[in-house]
Amino acid sequence: MLDNSQQTTLRPSASWSGQQSLRRLAPVIILVGLLALVPVLAEGLEQPFLIRVFTRVVVFAIAAVSLNIVLGVAGLVSLMHAALFGLGGYTVAILAEHGTTELLVLVPAAVLGSGLAAAVFGLIALRTTGAYFIMITLAFNQMFFYFFVALERYGGEEGLQVFAPLDLAGMALGGRTTIFYLCLAVLLAVLVAGTRLVDSRFGMVIRAAAGNDRRVSSVGIAPLSYRLAVFVIAGAVAGLAGALLVVSQTFISPAEMSWVRSGDLIVMVVLGGMATVWGPALGAVVFLLLELLLSALTIHWQLPFGIIIILLVLFLRDGLANLIGALRSGDGGRGHD
Amino acid sequence: MTLNLIIEQVLNGCQLGVMLFMMSAGLTLVFGIMNLINLAHGSLYMIGAYVAASVLAATGSFLLAVLVAVPAAAAVGYAVDRILLRHFYRRSHLDQTLATFGLILAANELVRMIWGATPLAMPLPSLLAGSVSLLPDLQYPVFRLVVLAVGLVMAGVLYVLVTHTRGGMWVRAGASDRTMAAALGIDVSRVFSVVFVAGAALAGLAGVMAGPILAVQVGMGEPILILALVVVVVGGLGSIRGAFVAALLIGLGDTFGRVLLHPALGSMAIYVIMAALLALRPGGLFPSHA
Repeated sequence: MLDNSQQTTLRPSASWSGQQSLRRLAPVIILVGLLALVPVLAEGLEQPFLIRVFTRVVVFAIAAVSLNIVLGVAGLVSLMHAALFGLGGYTVAILAEHGTTELLVLVPAAVLGSGLAAAVFGLIALRTTGAYFIMITLAFNQMFFYFFVALERYGGEEGLQVFAPLDLAGMALGGRTTIFYLCLAVLLAVLVAGTRLVDSRFGMVIRAAAGNDRRVSSVGIAPLSYRLAVFVIAGAVAGLAGALLVVSQTFISPAEMSWVRSGDLIVMVVLGGMATVWGPALGAVVFLLLELLLSALTIHWQLPFGIIIILLVLFLRDGLANLIGALRSGDGGRGHD
Repeated sequence: MTLNLIIEQVLNGCQLGVMLFMMSAGLTLVFGIMNLINLAHGSLYMIGAYVAASVLAATGSFLLAVLVAVPAAAAVGYAVDRILLRHFYRRSHLDQTLATFGLILAANELVRMIWGATPLAMPLPSLLAGSVSLLPDLQYPVFRLVVLAVGLVMAGVLYVLVTHTRGGMWVRAGASDRTMAAALGIDVSRVFSVVFVAGAALAGLAGVMAGPILAVQVGMGEPILILALVVVVVGGLGSIRGAFVAALLIGLGDTFGRVLLHPALGSMAIYVIMAALLALRPGGLFPSHA
């Protein structure tokens, strides 16, 4: 069902040590390091709007990395990730509307809310597999979408603006540069934690279950509870990304949680490459910059964009991360790194 | 709630139900036979509506609009299947989802380029525009009754075709076990092509019927696609009978959910129905694969 090239090389958890871990984290460090230069370059080029653009890029990179834990590692094609992302955003916006402005309260609430929703709806959706799972998660995504569209009290279709200035640990949150580095720090933490998760014993069971469910059951492990745990973890991180979106743009609308956004996130993951933890972050960068570039060229940018997605699926199935790996080592790019 | 209101809502629900059936019949058979998830099915519905609106504006004849729009949707469906989708029959569901997602973006933009971003109106001819009195104090639009009738006739025709003809037997055989059907000498890929084009025509017809009731606009295919997917999941993938029962259930559930509950909750009603049914029967009401 799923391209299982990444499932064929199961690494023991012992690989997380010393030099090897440094090698595995090298792309993460390079990617985050390059992103860290953005505010400097943006100020230097006198294009400060780029900081906002890249804050959005970093937020979606976090969401894409979390989706890949479900999609690339556990092999579950979930189309409800945007709903969990948006739910995190709405949690922050609605609590802020009622006077809570402390990020140390708002962000954990968003993480908890999205994680809880992922637990409830994941439990139902994970009863099914394959195509059913795709369709059900798509339907659940639209359920959340229509719920917030109809929720007139909190802006309905127009969305909800956060007017109150937010605080971090009692101090006023700084300007856009501070918020950018805050989001980037979260991305770094998510990438490192994601790499550790995939390498851990837990991650090995998840990958094994994606490769052969029955064999995992036969050695006495119940794959369902592992899948649910992965779904909840990824959902909670999506909620974290959604919370950061609202912190950075002080606004959320149902459009951020429509199923098209779920589709966008999957495209980011596949574009970047599912076989690595950092690939989807690269995918998010390329995806959003491509969107920006095409929409600057023509108002009909969705036509070339749609065609690019189709070509991507036809010809670049293993993603950019794999392409980079192949160019670097010349091994055909099929390895896990 | 008065009796008249209940009758009116039952009719509305059934009308939505038969529309959903026309959408989901193609979707469920395409999945059943070729294991293909086609999210772009809603785009065929949109194309049917747009072509019909253009023909209606040019000629003023609703019948002519139907006669042009339905073959147009079928032709587009045929072209998309031959050019693109056939490369995806054997690919993973993820690839199919992504490719048809890209197709939706491209189709929406193409329609916007051809017809513009403003929604089109589909004014009905006077014969279909009025209301009839079903009961004292109960006026009901003629066109909605026509939609209901067309949907029921289509369901009847499909039922006879699928359960009482040789071709229908091939379709059912292909949907429940493609390999076995092929081994028995059925040309499954030709059966599938016919089913795909017929499904596209039905989606186009549903689009034409929806045009005068809803707005003809870019992206109109997606909300109905999601509802049709819910129908397919509830009915059981690959089952025509399941699609019909589920379509009526979802149509009525959605209509009454919106009337009886707070709008924010009413819009969730059908998903709750879906979740509850799946908790009891993960394979849908009438699973076609053993």
